[in-house]
Amino acid sequence: MLYREAGEFRTSYPDDSQTFPISFDKYRYYAILAVLVVVVPLVINDYWANAVLVPVLVWSIAALGLNILTGYCGQISLGTGGFMAVGAYGCYKLMTAFPDLNIIFCIVLSGAITAGVGIIFGLPSLRIKGFYLAVATLAAQFFLVWLFNSFPWFYNYSASGQITVPERTVLGFPVTGPYTEPWAKYLICLAFAFALAWLARNLTRGSVGRSWMAIRDMDIAAEIIGVNPLKAKLQAFAVSSFFVGIAGALFFSVYLGAVEASEAFGINQSFLVLFMVIIGGLGSIFGSFAGAAFIVLLPVLLKNLLVGKLSWPTDIATNSEFIIVGALIIFFLIVEPHGLAHLARLFKEKLRLWPFPH
Amino acid sequence: MGDVAGSERASMGESKPPLMELRGITLRFGGVLAISDVSFDIREGEIRAIIGPNGAGKSSMLNVISGFYHPQEGNILFRGEVRPFMRPHRVAALGIARTFQNIALFKRMTTLDNIMTGRMTLMKSSFAAQALWWGSAEREESAHREKAEEIIDFLGIQAIRKVPVGTLPYGLQKRVELGRALAAEPRLLLLDEPMAGMNVEEKEDMSRFILDVNDEFGTTIALIEHDMGVVMDISDRIVVMDYGKKIGDGKPGEIRKNQDVIDAYLGVPH
Ligand SMILES: Nc1ncnc2c1ncn2[C@@H]1O[C@H](COP(=O)(O)OP(=O)(O)OP(=O)(O)O)[C@@H](O)[C@H]1O
Ligand SMILES: [Mg+2]
Repeated sequence: MLYREAGEFRTSYPDDSQTFPISFDKYRYYAILAVLVVVVPLVINDYWANAVLVPVLVWSIAALGLNILTGYCGQISLGTGGFMAVGAYGCYKLMTAFPDLNIIFCIVLSGAITAGVGIIFGLPSLRIKGFYLAVATLAAQFFLVWLFNSFPWFYNYSASGQITVPERTVLGFPVTGPYTEPWAKYLICLAFAFALAWLARNLTRGSVGRSWMAIRDMDIAAEIIGVNPLKAKLQAFAVSSFFVGIAGALFFSVYLGAVEASEAFGINQSFLVLFMVIIGGLGSIFGSFAGAAFIVLLPVLLKNLLVGKLSWPTDIATNSEFIIVGALIIFFLIVEPHGLAHLARLFKEKLRLWPFPH
Repeated sequence: MGDVAGSERASMGESKPPLMELRGITLRFGGVLAISDVSFDIREGEIRAIIGPNGAGKSSMLNVISGFYHPQEGNILFRGEVRPFMRPHRVAALGIARTFQNIALFKRMTTLDNIMTGRMTLMKSSFAAQALWWGSAEREESAHREKAEEIIDFLGIQAIRKVPVGTLPYGLQKRVELGRALAAEPRLLLLDEPMAGMNVEEKEDMSRFILDVNDEFGTTIALIEHDMGVVMDISDRIVVMDYGKKIGDGKPGEIRKNQDVIDAYLGVPH
């Protein structure tokens, strides 16, 4: 049998606020973690790193960031691409200005810079909501991309207008640049994704998280209960942008190696992350990962199926890919508007009570 | 609900100092005069009712007290001192909690989370401590969780602890909202029509809770209620408002005899 729990057996409050209430979950979680940390790096190759694992992890971090803002705090943002650009260019400037600074610090600091920028662009949320806020963040998106393209200082006056990552190492192993081994790319992204998911989990289970959700559900009541709306909203913008900035920094430095702002961080990316969050499940950490995996892997699977198995010509396959992905997203949203996280929860509840559903 | 309070209630709070004093409050919305030069006080430990016909300005008065509306004229004194202009979340920190006429719960959060959110002003662990879930953050969370469970037990809502409140029936939502306000361990509790839309049985439960809160925790309560039977039963003193003005103030017995009040509000021929 898969699940061994037939009722509420938790006896202490700390137990009840555990991340994994069922101890079986905990062991399975450790097992998965062991596979991710030990087994995957041993068997990983270039294709798996570049087409699957690294993009899923990096987009998961971005989705986690947007989910904190939109799913937990109820503030809509279409500026995710722009904030990723801040992380990427911040990281580039830090790496080139301080060649001796460890890449880990560069990435964390570029997250911090993005948090600062996020606070500034979060200021309108104190006065406007919903659709109007979405438009304001859209303006941020266009402004930021324009900024990075218009001032050559940001790309160190390179002739191509691109930023290209210098080689950096962690513990002697290169993690950026052309000589990076696939396992090193993967592990650094995994480390960030794990640490940030843990951070998100902590922030959303205490009073900070409740203040965000209170603002989301009913801002007037939240204020009367003692939530400072200014603090809660700007905190959400800062934390969210911190995550998104780190995703941008990893996207540039570890994943792609060279980017140009309007190509890599356009409005498309903002929508992509929004799709991930909605499909994965608003207000769910697991959902952020599931949504990112869904959006990243669907085209990969389709390509393998259409070109690999059915031997369609590549150009037709590429075009129909968009249509199929779009249709699947719409279909999914109609069938399961609460996202993959909700689906997983339902499935688990069923298993938990199985085989005695009453 | 019978004679739960009786005459003994009427003698309570007489010698106590006022916890809150409203002096000459005037509140306008554009051309609408919602409150016009109203003064009264709320004494430490009493149950103070505000009554009056629809649109009299009762809810506006609570909104003034909780810092949601800011009167054009008048002073608000809290514990003998003039309270300066304050945003609602600062007022909450003074120990003033409330419920709303139209339930304002956090619909997608569970009963437990709603009540835990009510303890917002009492939770002190820093952002950093929570981000890293250090010992202090975890300990604080469980300590407050214990208090939240006490309130859940007190209100008899154990069964709906983990249910998102948006899915609960109206009567239970009202109860959870009371729980959320109580969670703040307020010094002054403001209740805007806590029994509106309830059946007789639910009203009796709610009256019981209100009296128990007042007796057991010594919480001062100001409430708005339309059900005259309930108001006369549970309140120590009553303010009567009509068209934004105060037209009566006194113990239930006095209010019952006040001719202005009878004309304007009770409308019951004698
Ligand atoms: N935000 C507002 N903007 C404009 N006018 C308002 C506002 N709030 C209240 N009013 C007006 O102030 C007056 C008093 O309203 P209030 O809600 O305080 O009455 P009430 O005594 O609580 O009535 P009820 O018993 O129906 O709840 C009404 O004329 C109302 O239209
Ligand atoms: Mg009212």
